[in-house]
Amino acid sequence: MAIIEVDGLVKRYGDHTAVDGVSFAVEHGEIFGILGPNGAGKTTTVECIEGLRTRDEGTIRVCGIDPQRDNGELRQMLGSQLQESELPDKLQVGEAMELYSSFYRNPADWHELIDMLNLAEKIDTQFRHLSGGQKQRLSIALALVGNPRVAVLDELTTGLDPQARRDTWDLIEGIRDRGVTILLVTHFMAEAERLCDKLAVIDSGRLVALDSPAGLVARVDGRQRVRFRPSAPLDHAVLTALPEVTSVERAGGQLVVTGRGNLLLAVTTALARNQVVAADLRVEQTSLDDAFVALTGRPIDA
Amino acid sequence: MSALTRLTATETRLFFREPMLVFFALAFPPIVLVVLGSIPAMREPNASFGGMRVISLYVPIIVVMGLAMFANSLSQLFATYREKGVLRRMRTTPVRPGVMLGAQLLMSTGLSVVTMLVVLAIGRLAFDVGLPRQLPAYLVSYVLAALAVFAIGLLVAAIAPTGKSAGATASLLFLPLMVFSGLWMPRAGMNDVLRRISDFTPLGAGVQSLQDATAGHWPQPLHMAVMLGWTIVAGGLAARYFRWE
Repeated sequence: MAIIEVDGLVKRYGDHTAVDGVSFAVEHGEIFGILGPNGAGKTTTVECIEGLRTRDEGTIRVCGIDPQRDNGELRQMLGSQLQESELPDKLQVGEAMELYSSFYRNPADWHELIDMLNLAEKIDTQFRHLSGGQKQRLSIALALVGNPRVAVLDELTTGLDPQARRDTWDLIEGIRDRGVTILLVTHFMAEAERLCDKLAVIDSGRLVALDSPAGLVARVDGRQRVRFRPSAPLDHAVLTALPEVTSVERAGGQLVVTGRGNLLLAVTTALARNQVVAADLRVEQTSLDDAFVALTGRPIDA
Repeated sequence: MSALTRLTATETRLFFREPMLVFFALAFPPIVLVVLGSIPAMREPNASFGGMRVISLYVPIIVVMGLAMFANSLSQLFATYREKGVLRRMRTTPVRPGVMLGAQLLMSTGLSVVTMLVVLAIGRLAFDVGLPRQLPAYLVSYVLAALAVFAIGLLVAAIAPTGKSAGATASLLFLPLMVFSGLWMPRAGMNDVLRRISDFTPLGAGVQSLQDATAGHWPQPLHMAVMLGWTIVAGGLAARYFRWE
């Protein structure tokens, strides 16, 4: 049974329909991504799931509970990390953890969480003196302190430097390995591609696709490109004769071979037969970015 | 530890990390009393106040001023928490939002009682002002006054968009209320019109009730009704307009 079920969710603000008939289901133990440009309705969707907003239409069940009718039971099982929410400036990391532990029936060992999130040396540091990355890690720790079954992480890595972002990704995988289902809101393709088992692509409040990252890419275009510098002149016909190849082009000293299926194996085998070595060999696959453009008609950050 | 106790303890710790709040809420009222009491004329019986010593009129005024200081910091704190998303963050946890309110009220009441005790002690020891003779009446008056003043503070917090504007609004509101409580001219020296207005203000009613209890009587029903009225109206409006984000 799905741990989160959203069916026909509609949320309006006045005349503006922020979420327009979105449906999806998240399975236990998944990292489920909600991907879309800013203002697409991602945050509104998860806020309805968290029970922070009242939906206009549709049904939502999280662990079998309707967030709108929750009497506190759901909040025992759902940990949230919100965009743009802070703690009191002068609250220390350890005090925040202790305080939030007291809100839950079966809290996690917060010292262990703090260790896992590399905040152990910051226990006595006040919130206002933490760096952006440390604040984010603390907010993850707070989302997990109640031992939740589901964690909602909203734009977790926005504003982090690339290294901190990669560290955070490792961490999220670690959390999933502890058996927590994760609902991840993001507008970073690389993040979605790296972390998510399944993705809901949302654009202008509508669900435009629901698939695994690889499935989305494959659905849009199975094409690949192989690019290399041949060690000796090569008759293009050798390559165009291969069933996998659709076209061969010359770009400077390089050949660009476009095709489908097991293109790389077919090309390298043909080259070996003709005693040609492929230098600077690169395989370019359709990326999630390409898939997003094909699905919505524009790049994500446009 | 339960969420309420833990929150109250944490909020109290945070309160003591704000030197300005600590000064105005805890230290300022006793300082005002000491300054006033060090003026010799204040310690003399005064015919225009019915032969009472002025300093003994000021003790209840300063106790009520202490309450207003706490209400002011309460409104700022709450509005700041909303502005910064602290309350929103808390809404995603099983703790009921009202628990946060309860913790703040517990802390403000507890600490304001400390201020009250310090003011009474200084009045007694340094300036020979009598302690309340009718203790239950004094406590009832004090609780009613605290409820009314804190309800107004919460109403300001509910309406003000930011922490800063909450502070400014509360100061603007409490200044005239302090005037009617007798901070500049004790009620005994006010003319009939001013005193009549003062009867209907929360601080004026509070000061008179504390004074009556100090003298050994139960407060007038009018003043108790006025304080209850302010609590119900301001508290009701605060609950009606309160937003968590």
